[in-house]
Amino acid sequence: MTSIFGIDTPQPLAATPLVLCMPEGHVRAGFPSPADDFAVNRLDLTQVLVKHPQATYLLRVAGNSMREAGIDDGDTLVVDKAVKPRHGHVVVAVVDGEFTVKYLHQRAGSMRLKAANPTFPDIVPKEGQTIEVWGVVSSCIKRFLV
Amino acid sequence: MYALVDGNNFYVSCERVFRPSLNGRAVVVLSNNDGCAIARSNEAKEMGIKMGAPWFQIRHLEQDAGLVSLSANFTLYGDMSDRMMTLSAGLGPTQEIYSIDESFVGLHGVRGDLVARAHKVRSRILQWAGIPTCIGIAPTKTLAKLANHISKSAERKPGSYPPALAQVCNFAALPAQDLDDVLGATEVGEVWGVGRRVAKQLQDGGIHTVLDLARMDPATIRRGWSVTLEKTVRELQGQPCIEMDDAPGPKQQIACTRSFGQPIYELGPLVEAVSEFAARAAEKLRKQSSLANELLVFMHTSPHRSGPQCSRSMVVPLRRPTDDTLALTQAAADSMRRMYVAGYSFVKAGVMLMDLQPGNVHQQELDLESLAATETAAVARDRSQLMSTMDAINVRYGKGTVHSVSNGRTGPERMLGMKQERKTPQYMSRLEDVPVARA
Repeated sequence: MTSIFGIDTPQPLAATPLVLCMPEGHVRAGFPSPADDFAVNRLDLTQVLVKHPQATYLLRVAGNSMREAGIDDGDTLVVDKAVKPRHGHVVVAVVDGEFTVKYLHQRAGSMRLKAANPTFPDIVPKEGQTIEVWGVVSSCIKRFLV
Repeated sequence: MYALVDGNNFYVSCERVFRPSLNGRAVVVLSNNDGCAIARSNEAKEMGIKMGAPWFQIRHLEQDAGLVSLSANFTLYGDMSDRMMTLSAGLGPTQEIYSIDESFVGLHGVRGDLVARAHKVRSRILQWAGIPTCIGIAPTKTLAKLANHISKSAERKPGSYPPALAQVCNFAALPAQDLDDVLGATEVGEVWGVGRRVAKQLQDGGIHTVLDLARMDPATIRRGWSVTLEKTVRELQGQPCIEMDDAPGPKQQIACTRSFGQPIYELGPLVEAVSEFAARAAEKLRKQSSLANELLVFMHTSPHRSGPQCSRSMVVPLRRPTDDTLALTQAAADSMRRMYVAGYSFVKAGVMLMDLQPGNVHQQELDLESLAATETAAVARDRSQLMSTMDAINVRYGKGTVHSVSNGRTGPERMLGMKQERKTPQYMSRLEDVPVARA
């Protein structure tokens, strides 16, 4: 950087192009916008869908066992691991080392996973086995061809 | 009071979050180019796999013992680290992120039962991020790190320490005698800041356990060893000497080195490699707003393989401190051309930027020679605008979108591209790669 002061050798005039800055915002010639006082941030989809950012993960659905819950093959699930799983939640559980999405059914001290499709049987933990609920599904994102 | 929150077998734990089938199995994560083990599950540790064990030495365990090995997926670990750090910060008012898997949390002013609070934060990290951690709490950072080590050992090796210290260990809550017992049962080499060499010297001098070291007179230690070790002793005695460093200072050196996917014999690819390393290092340099005064280039053959060995390096003093990718790339490429010798199979090369200074300090120069005479006009031109534009493009459209021609080809067809045969998908940074849930 050459300082403006203390130049002791002749310098060509306008050695660098002079850039004029645009002032921020708009200069209004007419009335100020009546909406200015009501300006708020536009809805952010992330904020709508994600309650606990540190605990939220996206998973993709493969299969049709949750069709009647509106969850189809290829949909994207928003899974919140911070939510405590309860009866009736749609959950992602670990069965035989794989993720599976089902309804969590917890009644009278017993637990099972129920599909939302009558052709799929319930998943019941075997004697001495526990099913780990990995996270609770808070939304399902369905995208259409556009 | 300080807490140290540290992820257990961090890289392996990150992989297990998205592949639950890895739970209970012996898993190692391999360094860049699948060179050696940089993280091991407890099961892998029990097989006797040491930290840093070369892959070719443990490879047979894959067949023989069901070992699972994965290429490092640093994009994934970075994301998980971010989640873990944010949750750890809930423990107290200040935080210093010490590495990808550990952070110190200042507990000043935190009231109530610290152990109960730490257990809560620990189970939140486990629930929300899926990462198991251990937490050490103590009046100084050195003691907190030691308490963390003990909480981990107590969990992993039952019998090594009292089981109550597993997962969360608060030295300040221990009766004096119990604390002495714990320190007396811990080798001096486990202390933060005591390296292998110093540990050996201490042991030769009859100082075997942490308790032995904590009972030393700081002045004696300073005379016999160093001021640094004196600080460590004071910290072990409960006197804080190492402050919280909320914002880590800029690095004094920036290195970019890598083993090649396969050995390189020719000059061309070597020039490409160091050009790319110089460009990466320059990017990091600009990120911390520093300028480099010197650049080191090195290359060597593999010490593990038979055949003629060659190791060369060259330090290039730079004409002016700079952060210009093109100037640094030029310097790296030139020195590679000068030190290259034919007939060797080089497996590793690197570039290190040294003697760094803040970017806002400028040394005035006496105009003894005109710029044009010493450098080409292009080099003398201020290219800071070009550099920041280049960085912005590469952030937006991906690494290496724009680069200097000497870097050669980029992308998967690159010869020195990393060997990462066992890498898991980009679970959280690519929509096509998100984990699958069966329905």
